[in-house]
Amino acid sequence: MDLSFNAEERAFQDEVRGFIVKNLTEEMKRATALTPSVFSDPDIGMAWQRALHRQGWGAPGWPVEYGGPDWTPAQRWIFETECARAGVPNVNVMGVKMVGPVIIGFGSPEQKNFYLPRILSGEDYWCQGYSEPGSGSDLSSLKTRAVRDGDDYIINGTKIWTTHAHHANRMFALVRTSDRPRQQDGISFVLIDMKTPGITTRPILTIGGDHEVNQVFFDDVRVPVANRVGEEGKGWTYGKYLLEFERGSGIASAKLREGLKAIADLAESDLTGRAIDSPDIAARISEVEVDIDALEMTELRVLSALQTGQNPGAVSSILKLRNSEIRQAVTRLGADVIGHDALAVEPMRPLYKLNHEPAIPEEMLTVMPEYLNGRAYTIFGGTSEIQRDIIAKMMLGI
Amino acid sequence: MDLNLSDEQKLLRESAERFVAESYDADHRRKTANDPLGFSPLVWKQFAELGWLALPLPEEFGGLGGGAVDLGILMEAFGRGLVSEPYVATVVLGAALIARCGSTEQRQASLPKVADGSLKLAFAHSERAARFDLAEVATSANKTAQGWRLAGSKIAVLDGHAADQIIVSAHIHDHRGPSGRIGLFLVQATTPGLVISDYPRLGGGRACNIELFDAHLPEDALLGDGGDALPAIEWAVDRAMAALGAEAVGIMQTLLDTTLEYTKIRKQFGRPLSANQVIRHRLADMAMQVDEARSMALRAALKVDAAPAERARAASGAKAKIGKCARFVGEQSIQLHGGMGVTEELEVGAYFKRLVAFDTLFGGSAHHYARHALLGRRAVSA
Repeated sequence: MDLSFNAEERAFQDEVRGFIVKNLTEEMKRATALTPSVFSDPDIGMAWQRALHRQGWGAPGWPVEYGGPDWTPAQRWIFETECARAGVPNVNVMGVKMVGPVIIGFGSPEQKNFYLPRILSGEDYWCQGYSEPGSGSDLSSLKTRAVRDGDDYIINGTKIWTTHAHHANRMFALVRTSDRPRQQDGISFVLIDMKTPGITTRPILTIGGDHEVNQVFFDDVRVPVANRVGEEGKGWTYGKYLLEFERGSGIASAKLREGLKAIADLAESDLTGRAIDSPDIAARISEVEVDIDALEMTELRVLSALQTGQNPGAVSSILKLRNSEIRQAVTRLGADVIGHDALAVEPMRPLYKLNHEPAIPEEMLTVMPEYLNGRAYTIFGGTSEIQRDIIAKMMLGI
Repeated sequence: MDLNLSDEQKLLRESAERFVAESYDADHRRKTANDPLGFSPLVWKQFAELGWLALPLPEEFGGLGGGAVDLGILMEAFGRGLVSEPYVATVVLGAALIARCGSTEQRQASLPKVADGSLKLAFAHSERAARFDLAEVATSANKTAQGWRLAGSKIAVLDGHAADQIIVSAHIHDHRGPSGRIGLFLVQATTPGLVISDYPRLGGGRACNIELFDAHLPEDALLGDGGDALPAIEWAVDRAMAALGAEAVGIMQTLLDTTLEYTKIRKQFGRPLSANQVIRHRLADMAMQVDEARSMALRAALKVDAAPAERARAASGAKAKIGKCARFVGEQSIQLHGGMGVTEELEVGAYFKRLVAFDTLFGGSAHHYARHALLGRRAVSA
């Protein structure tokens, strides 16, 4: 066993660092640091995606024939870690990490040829149509209906919590194409052009003051049957495949560590009256840091297993659950560290383009919005309760 | 970067797990618990034959040169069976200190005997007033014309009653007075003035308190050249905490397996306990914490040879986190067993008590989070 990287891996690390230094502008860095929601605004995130694409790194997890860089798990680890350390923008994962793998796995040759290059280049911006007002954790009860009419489906219904639907030009969605006795069997996976007539989007503001999610309404929306991925009625299988990616794509510890470092820096600064001098705060920082260490080791263990072709299984649920809980712990700590300044939550967005002097120092601007918005970490992508159900079922057999 | 077990390590794990499964059943544990020795000399002999006593010792002194990860594999298997042999006292602490601090003669005199099972050791360091501060030692070693004179009290000495030699830490006083150095002294168990009062240790095995009433030791009782041994003590304890962490993981895994099985069999309200979501989620949390503890024990093992500050932070982080996980898994195992969990009739309680002993030994979670924080701030300000 060995925790250190070999010469080849260290050379790759240097290459990644070199790439970041060359391509990460001060503007992107500042915008990312001052973004209290999960994803960067598209102008920031897509600029980074284009830079990655120019380098041939647009889709780290894809097979090489579709434009992936053919990295080993260790290289992916290094890449993600260096990106987190440098504070690069969060690119739209709905394209690269979510719909991309589904199209690669189950799409037609035409779909692959059309969509995959546009995801890589950043030309397309995707959103995910899964949850509905009546179907959250019980996703397979979804009611948005697609009725066959010649070469089209006609779609009616509504999707909710649709991240960046107001920016996206495409949506991948789970829709009901039949009423089979087993709910899961009547679901299909379709790709929708957001400019299709009949689609409207309603913004939803989250408690931190950000507009990141939306509700999307479908009113007789015509989608070509050719836009269905894979077989009719198999959408649930494809959708679950994707959710495993969403949960297990996790090389999350590096980002958590940077988040904690920002809070620890604040705690050691005069801006917070040196909060770290309180033994309680100091010990809590250590407690969270140790939790990150544990998560990192689990990620590395999974990575090592992947290198030898083993399947990590339900560990992806453990990673999702712990990542979300630790993220919340970091934000909670942050809220405590800034003390009275937690009362001044800046309402204007984006925080990196304020046209007035904020009430609190810039270093603190994201702390409370992140704490507040961060309550969602244990809800989206399958709630913690659903993850515990999966762990009990898959790992413990109960 | 590679965290997969080598073929040799897989073999070690298999043989250790098999041995523990075959030799360590509830009957065996009950027998040794009531035994004044607290372990089985026969099993100790088997450990020697299997090469486990030699495992982490240097090859030039009859050892196998195994690393902390190998040691962790063995300790995790020991945890699964609640092994009570004085392995930590003799091999993990005692032999390690001799290997690190001893002169060539001292190492040659002791280590091959540890490897073949003919020499048992213990490490007497903790003192009541010091709590968990490794640097605080009131026991004194005064230089005399013939050698050394030791005076002081030690507590919580693991398996000291069974040791042939006890390594005692003491502040060195020479003719100029206190030197500010801590020395390690190899004290024969038969030394006049050495009084051992042993007791059954929480969770199995034994421990003792030690009094040194002006015990006279020969010149060569001092390990090495008399340089300050505190860094070596910190190193040995960090290493032992990593090994004990792996043992705790084994204990937790057994508790999880046992509790899971029980919730499937035990029926209330006409269905198994495990049919209730609240129970399933509790077990999921337990499984998750066992997994986190496993990650931390491995991390501490992989960092035992790192620079002192990094090693110490990894060891304290692991001790704190595993201790926290251990309390949760242990307490919930009892909770889910209901009233039976609180009785001596099931072994859940014995496993739980060993976990509590683990959390207590060398300082609990709160102590180690604080040490971790302090070391971190030193690293930042350096």
